[in-house]
Amino acid sequence: MNEPIVNLATFAAMSPDAGLRAALQKSRADIIGEISASGIKGRGGAGFPVGVKWNLCAATRGTQKYVVCNADEGEPGTFKDRAILRAHANLVFEGMTIGAFAVGAREGILYLRAEYTYLRPELEAVLAKRRAAKFLGENVCGKQGFNFDIRIQLGAGAYVCGEETALIESLEGHRGEPRNRPPFPVDTGFLGRPTVVNNVETLAWVACILQKGGAWFKTTGTDKSTGLKILSISGDCARPGVYEFPFGVTVAKLLETVGAPDAKAVQIGGASGHCLPSSEFGRAIAYEDAATGGSIIVFGQQRDMLEVAANFLEFFVEESCGQCTPCRIGNARLREGVELLSEGRCSMRYLQELCALGETMQAASKCGLGQSSPNAFLSIVKHFKDEIMGRVSVASH
Amino acid sequence: MAENNRKLDDDTSRAPVSQRGHTVARVADTADIGALVSVNIDGQDVKVPMGTTILEAARRIGVRIPTLCWHEDLCIAGVCRVCVVEIEGQRTLQASCAYPITAPLKVKTHTRKVRQARRHIIDLMLSEHYGECYSCARNNNCQLQALAQEYGVDFFRFGHPAAPRHEMDLSSHSVLRDMNKCVLCRRCVRTCIDLQEVGVLEAVGRGDQTRIATFMDKPLKDVICINCGQCINRCPTGALRANDPTDEVWAAIDDPNKHVIIQTAPAPRAAIGECFDLEPGHALTFEMNTALRLCGFDKVFDTNFSADLTIIEEGTELILRLYKALVEQDKSVALPQFTSCSPGWVKYLEHFYPEYIPNVSSAKSPQQMFGAVIKTYYAKLSGIDPKDIVTVALMPCSAKKFECNRPEMCDSGFKDIDYGLTTRELAKMIREAGVDLPRMPKSDFDDPFGTATGSGVIFGATGGVMEAALRTVIEIVTGLKVENVFANADITPVRGFDGVRVVEIKVPQSGPVPAMFKHLVKDWKWLEGATLKVAIAHGTANAKKVMENIKSGGELAQCHFIEFMGCPGGCLGGGGQPIPTSPEIRAARARAIYSEDQAYAVRKSHENPAVLKLYKEFLTDGPCGHLSHKLLHTHYTPRGKYIA
Amino acid sequence: MLVTERERLREEITALADRHGRQRSALIPILQEIQRGHLQISDYAMQVVADLLDIHPVEVFSVVSFYSFLDEKPKGRFIIRLCRTISCDMAGKAAVARQLENDLGIGFGETTPCGRFTLEWANCIGMCDQGPALLVNDQVHARVTPEKVHEILAACRRVFGIYAQEQKEEHAV
Repeated sequence: MNEPIVNLATFAAMSPDAGLRAALQKSRADIIGEISASGIKGRGGAGFPVGVKWNLCAATRGTQKYVVCNADEGEPGTFKDRAILRAHANLVFEGMTIGAFAVGAREGILYLRAEYTYLRPELEAVLAKRRAAKFLGENVCGKQGFNFDIRIQLGAGAYVCGEETALIESLEGHRGEPRNRPPFPVDTGFLGRPTVVNNVETLAWVACILQKGGAWFKTTGTDKSTGLKILSISGDCARPGVYEFPFGVTVAKLLETVGAPDAKAVQIGGASGHCLPSSEFGRAIAYEDAATGGSIIVFGQQRDMLEVAANFLEFFVEESCGQCTPCRIGNARLREGVELLSEGRCSMRYLQELCALGETMQAASKCGLGQSSPNAFLSIVKHFKDEIMGRVSVASH
Repeated sequence: MAENNRKLDDDTSRAPVSQRGHTVARVADTADIGALVSVNIDGQDVKVPMGTTILEAARRIGVRIPTLCWHEDLCIAGVCRVCVVEIEGQRTLQASCAYPITAPLKVKTHTRKVRQARRHIIDLMLSEHYGECYSCARNNNCQLQALAQEYGVDFFRFGHPAAPRHEMDLSSHSVLRDMNKCVLCRRCVRTCIDLQEVGVLEAVGRGDQTRIATFMDKPLKDVICINCGQCINRCPTGALRANDPTDEVWAAIDDPNKHVIIQTAPAPRAAIGECFDLEPGHALTFEMNTALRLCGFDKVFDTNFSADLTIIEEGTELILRLYKALVEQDKSVALPQFTSCSPGWVKYLEHFYPEYIPNVSSAKSPQQMFGAVIKTYYAKLSGIDPKDIVTVALMPCSAKKFECNRPEMCDSGFKDIDYGLTTRELAKMIREAGVDLPRMPKSDFDDPFGTATGSGVIFGATGGVMEAALRTVIEIVTGLKVENVFANADITPVRGFDGVRVVEIKVPQSGPVPAMFKHLVKDWKWLEGATLKVAIAHGTANAKKVMENIKSGGELAQCHFIEFMGCPGGCLGGGGQPIPTSPEIRAARARAIYSEDQAYAVRKSHENPAVLKLYKEFLTDGPCGHLSHKLLHTHYTPRGKYIA
Repeated sequence: MLVTERERLREEITALADRHGRQRSALIPILQEIQRGHLQISDYAMQVVADLLDIHPVEVFSVVSFYSFLDEKPKGRFIIRLCRTISCDMAGKAAVARQLENDLGIGFGETTPCGRFTLEWANCIGMCDQGPALLVNDQVHARVTPEKVHEILAACRRVFGIYAQEQKEEHAV
């Protein structure tokens, strides 16, 4: 059987802990300055500038702060964080340590999704080695007064915990229900303390940036989306796997690389992302264009796009935290709408009503999950109306 | 209003740190605390303190934003999304109830996007809300119904359930649950876990399977519900309601062989007008007497009579306990003595602090005392067979329904109280009888118990039992007129809405003790110069604070007597009172109660002529005597927290 | 439950609470260990946890009901979670699902009468490039085919053989 494809060339080329050593020579402001200069934005999907986040947290008073690594990778079609944690956990922990130094945190938590429990032993082993090598613990790397350690907490099976405030709720022993914001975690986070939550990939890049410099990072990517992006590509293609691409790469180029010359559509950004038809394959992967936290799913010509929409909505109906009305009930109604469509019993008027409902869910849901949950449905309806409407169902014969 | 002013650092709150306060002020610089920030709402500029929510700011300038999950008494949730507004420069709509203003904002509250979102949200709720408005206890007083009307819902855009999805829980004597009507606003959860600290209801499941449930979905009667009904008062729909016995009461009235007696507690009078479109704070005591007779009740008695009786019994018990503990040095005497009139509080104690049951006064609550007196003394006096007497109690309370069904409450040989009615249920009966309550002529209570005292009236407010007890204790112990100790006999230090209040009162002298009490102890000199330390707590969250303080040997363990009320505000905020409730409404009801107290000619329990007559003619061995123990005192059940 | 069993469970949970700390943030780690050890979090266990962390039992129930990997009802010794999300779906999860049902004799959401296997759906387990994928307890299996289902189950059953024997020997001592 073919070995899975994992291309993490840039991470592999880094010198171990050079970024951390460089960081410890700098002032906290300079570290954050370097991060800001790189222009790096959060790699988990939301795309918040990392430098701004760290700066807000660093500016808060108090000595008890936390750095949390969000390893609750649950977005359908995303598996790059698993690959990074397998191959480059050191880089991730290095990034956390740099973050802790920059914002003034003493404790780090890696929130690892329950489905990745099998990674825990190897991650614990990496942490133990780092402790032994003084990369964690008291006076990290001989830096007097910088004490920092990392513990791993396992999730318990809930997609929504990838949302940072839901993750914090979960860490605190609650249901993973997103909080009202403001206040933001950078000032009121874990246990009410300032907390920085970053994605696995983001933290790995942070370590690279401190090693190679913000300017180096900016040499790739676009103006608004600097650097490289790790993508997880799956679906109907010859070579699914984890790939490294500069931001700005077109969807067509991706498809060429993974061997999907005849794709019908591509889902960018997982269940919460958008579905692009072949006419839009010229679009670029970037925050300002086709944004993704890393998930790319290819659909071949044989795929029924209504089934795709049904699969995604099923996912959200189950994985919604159930807290706010638009997301909890809205997704259930959209799923029923897809059933109507598949039975060929949905009027154009009702379909339009459902699309308007989707817009309400995007605008009025409490968190990013709810706000993005109708995206796939809306884009499939938009681009594949003729395919999904007027079906003659088997039952009606 | 100090009441329920939950602070961010209130560590007893179970709400997430970020959601505890009404205002989640997060200011970068401490110097900014208390600073003003300007916000533009629908074109109007207004300056508000940092951290004020958009909703509060809008209300200040008369801009109405609809709400559903928001409730003044509760921490914020921001889950229903009905109150969303548009903020300039923000992609998504924000819940105005949960958005603190910390920088200048431009807000629009009714753009097309906002209106469409609200309409959709209401439509979504209706697509899951099973039940007909006609047959709902909350018809015409339902926030969902009102919203549907306000937003012009004229058809069910996303469908409407044709069949129920949940079985109703009708197990409890007090609180019934119909989750088919639940909109998951979680006001009940926040009430139960956070406001009351009882912890019966929580959200369970995830996604579209989310529902409000008890522990392991057990029936309410089998969990640690204290029946306070605060969740009913805060439910926006008919998902929670009281167990309503009005059909049985009507049947008793219609039965010519039954002599139906109603006693009315002080708190409902101060609130029932709200069910007839009066502003909160209008007492309708004597109008209600007329209405009750028109409804067909044979006798209307005043629960204040038995409130006065309770004061005598409970006060006597306190003096006996203090004497045994302080003079006889009997270490087995449980102090402080706790009041027993709030059945919500009593059940809370039975569940959470069963080891403190000896501290609870063995005196029954006024409701139950009255029942026992009616079915013995009154039956004899009037020559009516007690089996033909039906006793109904009008209470502000849902827990009273449970209390009258306690198996031990049959000391008269019959069920002391047959039915407990809430204020809301009686209002319904009065309307059903075609009676326009506010326009009724006034009439007095029936003899032989007549009109009671002001001390009985103030039982309806937190601190009232304590004040009534102190008026009596001070007079019988010192021989002084309480008016000479506290101006106008108003013992104001015990009043108010602070969650826990501690008051110390010095006993200046021991005076001639009235004959009724003199025999209780050998001498009274020991009280001279003593300081009586008392405390008052209302709402079980505050009761918990007091109990934890006592358990840890804190200051409150030194108290002699503590008044506990299960509901915030005391009985006037009871779970059977008109809906809605808020700190302002409760304060208005309290004002009505205290002004009624002023109007009474007799304001001290031990001067109530009907009570004195009862001791003279019936309970001849006096307070805490043999017969009184049989009829007017009870025992409690250690229930514990474990749910089988 | 027998009183002695209860006492043992209480002692065990008390030890867990002391190890993880008696604060709310320890709740999920404690529950995870109970789940692992007992294949469920019984109503008694929830009440003990609530008692030790000074929260309400219904709050524990609420948390348990929220997370897919925590359950108040007993699960099998092996929990098989087959991913049903889009990439695994397109890679042929339906055939794997059918074969799992056939070989175990149960449907999804059920546990075999012997208590050995529970079959469940999972949402995306992050093996989209190697679907169809499933988890057997903590272990991940990729590119599962109907034929491989048998091998996976056989490997689990072998564990039972040894397990059963170990238990017998223990009793003999």
